[in-house]
Amino acid sequence: MPKGYVAINVERCKGCGFCVEFCPTHVLAMSSAFNSKGYHPPHVVNPEKCTGCDLCGMYCPDFAIYGWKAPESKNGAKSDAAR
Amino acid sequence: MTSQARDPAELGPRPEAEVPAESCDYQPENPVEQFLRTDRMPHIWCPGCGIGTTVNSFARALLEAKLDLDRVAVVSGIGCTGRVAGYVRLDSFHTTHGRAIPFATGLKLANPNLTVVVYSGDGDLFAIGGNHIIHAARRNLDLKVICVNNFVYGMTGGQLAPTTPVGALTTTTPYGCYEPAFNLPALMDAAGAVYVARWTSFHVRQLTRAMVDIFRKKGFCFIEVLTPCPSLFQRKNRMGEGLDAMKYYKEKSKVRHGAPTSEVGLTIDGDIIVGKFVDRERPEFLDLLRSQLAAQLGDRYVEVEHLVCS
Amino acid sequence: MPHADPRGVLTGVHFMDGDHAACEGALAAGARFAAGYPITPSTEIVERFAARIPTVGGVFIQMEDELAASIAIAGAVWAGAKAFTVTSGPGFSLMMEHIGFAVMTETPCVFMNVQRGGPSTGLPTLPAQADMMQARWGSHGDYEIIALSPNSPQECFDLAVRAFNLAEEFRVPVMLMMDEVVGHMTEKVVIPPAEQIEIYPRRHTRLPPGQYKPYAPGPDLVPEMAHAGEGYRFHVTGLTHDERGYPSMNAAAQDRLVKRLKAKITRAADRLACYEEEGTEDADVVVISYGITSRVAQRAVEMARARGVRVGRLRLITVWPFPTRQIRALARRVKALVVPELNLGQIVLEVERAAAGQAETISVPHAGGSVHAPEQILDAIMEVAK
Ligand SMILES: Cc1ncc(C[n+]2csc(CCOP(=O)(O)OP(=O)(O)O)c2C)c(N)n1
Ligand code: SF4
Ligand code: SF4
Ligand code: SF4
Repeated sequence: MPKGYVAINVERCKGCGFCVEFCPTHVLAMSSAFNSKGYHPPHVVNPEKCTGCDLCGMYCPDFAIYGWKAPESKNGAKSDAAR
Repeated sequence: MTSQARDPAELGPRPEAEVPAESCDYQPENPVEQFLRTDRMPHIWCPGCGIGTTVNSFARALLEAKLDLDRVAVVSGIGCTGRVAGYVRLDSFHTTHGRAIPFATGLKLANPNLTVVVYSGDGDLFAIGGNHIIHAARRNLDLKVICVNNFVYGMTGGQLAPTTPVGALTTTTPYGCYEPAFNLPALMDAAGAVYVARWTSFHVRQLTRAMVDIFRKKGFCFIEVLTPCPSLFQRKNRMGEGLDAMKYYKEKSKVRHGAPTSEVGLTIDGDIIVGKFVDRERPEFLDLLRSQLAAQLGDRYVEVEHLVCS
Repeated sequence: MPHADPRGVLTGVHFMDGDHAACEGALAAGARFAAGYPITPSTEIVERFAARIPTVGGVFIQMEDELAASIAIAGAVWAGAKAFTVTSGPGFSLMMEHIGFAVMTETPCVFMNVQRGGPSTGLPTLPAQADMMQARWGSHGDYEIIALSPNSPQECFDLAVRAFNLAEEFRVPVMLMMDEVVGHMTEKVVIPPAEQIEIYPRRHTRLPPGQYKPYAPGPDLVPEMAHAGEGYRFHVTGLTHDERGYPSMNAAAQDRLVKRLKAKITRAADRLACYEEEGTEDADVVVISYGITSRVAQRAVEMARARGVRVGRLRLITVWPFPTRQIRALARRVKALVVPELNLGQIVLEVERAAAGQAETISVPHAGGSVHAPEQILDAIMEVAK
């Protein structure tokens, strides 16, 4: 189970690459696909490494990505990230 | 909760899912979202422009400082940075070029219960508005000033700014800038600001912390944030994309809290001294005004908190 | 209409100059914030405000320049205050951008200009009426403002109150166009009890946040206001904007906004028209004047009557919007309109436009520095009466 998650609003992205560069655990990579404005958004390549630290969210100048920490897991135990 | 991130219509041609959805049924909203006029997104800032990044820190600092958001007002001048006022979902004023500070002065004096944030560009605050900012600092009026410094006039297409480093190309210094630039922290220190810091848009956490600091501090507070302007400053000077500027900030920045502000001037390729340079106490303008009038007028002094008319 | 807050009203019979009376008018009208930058011959207004306001409850701040003063008042207004600034000549020139800002953002506020000779530093201590067109057209773009011209200290008081009331009613900057002589002349000023002074209240919205649209006009084309800090989270911009207050930069939005800003004043022009008329019913010649010049004109009219000329006089109290319809009606009845003013011919252009060839229009210019000699005006009257 990953400690955190990241969501991308592809259409807001302008492809600057800040999130990819500064994600401490290299969860993201630039995608080769285009959004409707012609920018390459990032995509998640290593989901299991995401800590939900939200650095990507803090860097994104277009408010197009953010991360969050996993909540308590379904069986009631806390995930690593939420400890 | 945002649905945008998962809206299949928004995924466009991308095949991959953004979120490992099956393993996460909890998805909070992007913390910045509640601070944005989402009906105005996407914003006008260029790809890789650093202004938006500073807004993330601003949003998180507002959350962390637990301010009553109904009582936070943002005042901007004119420029790319000046557009911040139009994008934040707060009482917000997009004034005239250079005059955010005096507008904010009237706003604050008429309602001291407001937290008044001035968010504007280096040209706006220090060229056309230079007179106002030094006087507001001198008075020590309780304003929180966030100055986005991209070394150039962005909105008008890349002209010389009072911060343009010697040697840099701009559209109005086509043979290179020969004017000495302002050292903004030194200027603000000398003028009397009680809090002076410099960060870059690479330093998102430190910038957030500094913003929390100034939301909690009374008096004239000033944060300079260096940001990439890939479209103009960097393009002209062959400095690459926004990301290259961010990496450059990462590489060249040296944190020196308490550094004498006279030593933090910037050059085109030198070290970037960042940190909190000034954090001191001085009597605040309204406190001075009130104590003077109360001392002189005694019972005849009528102190009114909010000058609201009926 | 509600009445004035008695704390600001210095009820009684006073001898004071026009500058001081204008300040008392502002206080009576509820102004609790002023920002200024000293300049002769207007400084006495802010000096008095600085002395008076701490005992009334409010703030005066001397700003670093007139650009600052003229937008600090806008900030105060959006926080809820009634606010004004005061200046003369060069300072008025510096304020122009913020007259436009107040027009565009519909910020109710008052600009007092005690006119002195220009251009440039000109005649700091001597009178002129040469900023009349600047008051109307000085900021860039198309717009409409309201300007009032007092001719006595009493009227400085009365029109200062009216200036604030009109600013609130129309959400527009209102100019109180004084001159050095009126500003510095001392006369009896009667300040009525607060309950006899009517105050136009702030047009504050009753809608809750969420339903409120900051620039949705009412039936009279004027939108309602909210103040910062009340939870409305509204946006104000000098850019062309839509009803939400959001920038909307296209020809259609521009057309809608700029035409409304103009129409909210021009539609009310008849109601705004304010002038004093005497002896015009059977006149061949009418002298049209305003401010201090009207007092000299009155003397000239008396002299002309003594010489058997049928001459009337009309004194403009509201100068902008110009009472075009009323002057046109007058022009149909008379042979000539004589327009003395302390400038080289400004309002006479409006008179000429309004008269539209129905009556001869004669300018009696004066470069400023003193007032006309009555004979100068008399000569003009006698010339056309021949
Ligand atoms: C009185 C006036 N002069 C000039 C301008 C044109 N103008 C708009 S923004 C700007 C410069 C903005 O530079 P800066 O404050 O550094 O902001 P940036 O766009 O770089 O964020 C200028 C000169 C104006 N709007 N108003
Ligand atoms: S939340 Fe942190 S770990 Fe996860 S993608 Fe974003 S930056 Fe990387
Ligand atoms: S930081 Fe934002 S805009 Fe830049 S690539 Fe990542 S998601 Fe796109
Ligand atoms: S011109 Fe420069 S400062 Fe302006 S939005 Fe583009 S990158 Fe940002």
